Amino acid sequence: MSHAATAAPPAQGTRRRRHPSTLTVLRWELRKLISQKRTYLGLALGAIPPLIFVVFWNFHEGPDRHGGIFATEITQSGLATPVLMLLFESAFLLPLIAALVSGDIVATEDSNGTLKTILTRSVDRGQVFAAKTFAAMVYAATAVFGAAAIATIAGVASWGFHHVVTLSDTVVSAPEGLLLIVAANVFVLIPLLTVASIGVLLSTVTRNSAAAVVGAIGVVIVLYIVTAIPGLESIHPYLLTEQLQAWQGLMRTPTDWAPITHSAWVCALYALPSLFAAYLVFVRRDVAGD
Amino acid sequence: MVLTAPPVKARGLVKRYKDLLAVDQIDLNVNAGEVYGFLGPNGAGKTTTLRMLLGLIMPTAGRVELFGRDPIREGARALDGVAGFVEAPRFYPYLSGRKNLQMMAALDGGGRSERVDEVLALVDLTDAAEKRAGAYSHGMGQRLGIAAALLRGPELLILDEPATGLDPAGIRDMRVLIRRLAREGITVLLSSHQLAEVQEICDRVAIVRSGKVVYEGPLADLRGASGQSYRLHTSDDLHAADIARAATGIHRLVVAGPELRFQASEADAGALSLALGHAGVAIYTMAPTLASLEDLFFELTEGTATGNRQPAVDVTSTPKATQ
Repeated sequence: MSHAATAAPPAQGTRRRRHPSTLTVLRWELRKLISQKRTYLGLALGAIPPLIFVVFWNFHEGPDRHGGIFATEITQSGLATPVLMLLFESAFLLPLIAALVSGDIVATEDSNGTLKTILTRSVDRGQVFAAKTFAAMVYAATAVFGAAAIATIAGVASWGFHHVVTLSDTVVSAPEGLLLIVAANVFVLIPLLTVASIGVLLSTVTRNSAAAVVGAIGVVIVLYIVTAIPGLESIHPYLLTEQLQAWQGLMRTPTDWAPITHSAWVCALYALPSLFAAYLVFVRRDVAGD
Repeated sequence: MVLTAPPVKARGLVKRYKDLLAVDQIDLNVNAGEVYGFLGPNGAGKTTTLRMLLGLIMPTAGRVELFGRDPIREGARALDGVAGFVEAPRFYPYLSGRKNLQMMAALDGGGRSERVDEVLALVDLTDAAEKRAGAYSHGMGQRLGIAAALLRGPELLILDEPATGLDPAGIRDMRVLIRRLAREGITVLLSSHQLAEVQEICDRVAIVRSGKVVYEGPLADLRGASGQSYRLHTSDDLHAADIARAATGIHRLVVAGPELRFQASEADAGALSLALGHAGVAIYTMAPTLASLEDLFFELTEGTATGNRQPAVDVTSTPKATQ
């Protein structure tokens, strides 16, 4: 600080100060995410499987090359690839990616001591919480659509942009198929954002990134186990894991909206209390840090 | 907002963590334009108090006002005109020093981003501005913390151990900077566990021990208020202690190893010597000692003085300067 003695300090400010919008806080939350290497790990987790699948399918010469369940559909249209990938990834990989950032987003700031840094600026705790929650959700959406885009591009590059067969064995045109793929990814976001909400809650409460990420994934695993327990079939429609496949209603003709609307309100029952509890904890908690 | 309200006013602050009473009924008054030292050993409750002032933790009881506004009730708006850091300032390690400050400017409302270069130069971090904050040394981090605080153009600066991790030249520059800020009219609340750090720059201090304020006022008055200290060695110290305890005007009487120590005026010390003689207790030594501020600080915070670190037993009710 050799200039301290000679340089004039900045002029004093006025006590009434402009306060930033929540959008500004969100923008910086996203910049922070972009600046961290681990952010790209989650995105890569979603993007790599479709690439591996397409490469494998193109070069594999085994006996199932032309005889598998999906073989015919896959090679008839590149648009089948993102649907197949969504089917596989939505079960576990996409919830894992949603949990990666949501479980980390509050806890890591707590353990690094940066939460106290931003809470002594001109932002309210509610703004910080909202920005962090939205950032986690934007990340989950980016991962989902990024994976879908790569699967679509890789599929179409390999097998062309042709009509596709729905789960009801009806045929839809390529543009309509593309629209259905976009819609399916929008609707799979509902349960994924719910996983992210649980991740934000655990991140806020545990103040430990690893515990929050593992906890959020643990919830998904436990619900899958519950699904496998005989005699509990009656609660299956209310399990979060069941909602992860609700998007398949879009792939039927006519569109089956029932699982989608059911998924929306069941997910709301998980997500809203989680977010409300996380908000209450966040705005009232002691921020000690290091 | 109350325009005439003092920068810091805390009343009856208490913070309890289960069985641990970290802060016990602390009152603070920091007036506009003064440099106020918040002194005490590690674990005395300084940082916890500062956290409550900045609204980072909720008081178990009591109330805080910064320029008349309660940071717990009013949130960020109560921090208008207030800046600082608690414990070591923390930044995003994957962002550069400049990016960190740009983010702080944005979170301050975006009106001060043009000052980023100015404050970086002020703390001599211009050359390291593009370096990731994670690669900064501890001292550089402290300086970045000062820069981030000054970026807000504060009227009240709250600094928790700001010289920690700085080299001697950095400590000197920090003092110069704080004096300069004070001359500019900025109120500074400075916490430290080192008397030397605040002795030269603070107008008033609060000394805390075990979560309580044991002295508040100018440091110069502390020495005056403490009275003259004496060391006493006799043929029968225990008997002498009984006589001293019964005598008038004898304060802070402690048995410290092979001698007694007490505070008294010259006349009262003379009267005690006569009383000891009448009682048949021979006085081997009765010597006045000039207590240094450091001695007084340690007496207040540890119950012993640096001049004699032997365990001391206070055998009178020690009046506190403030409570």
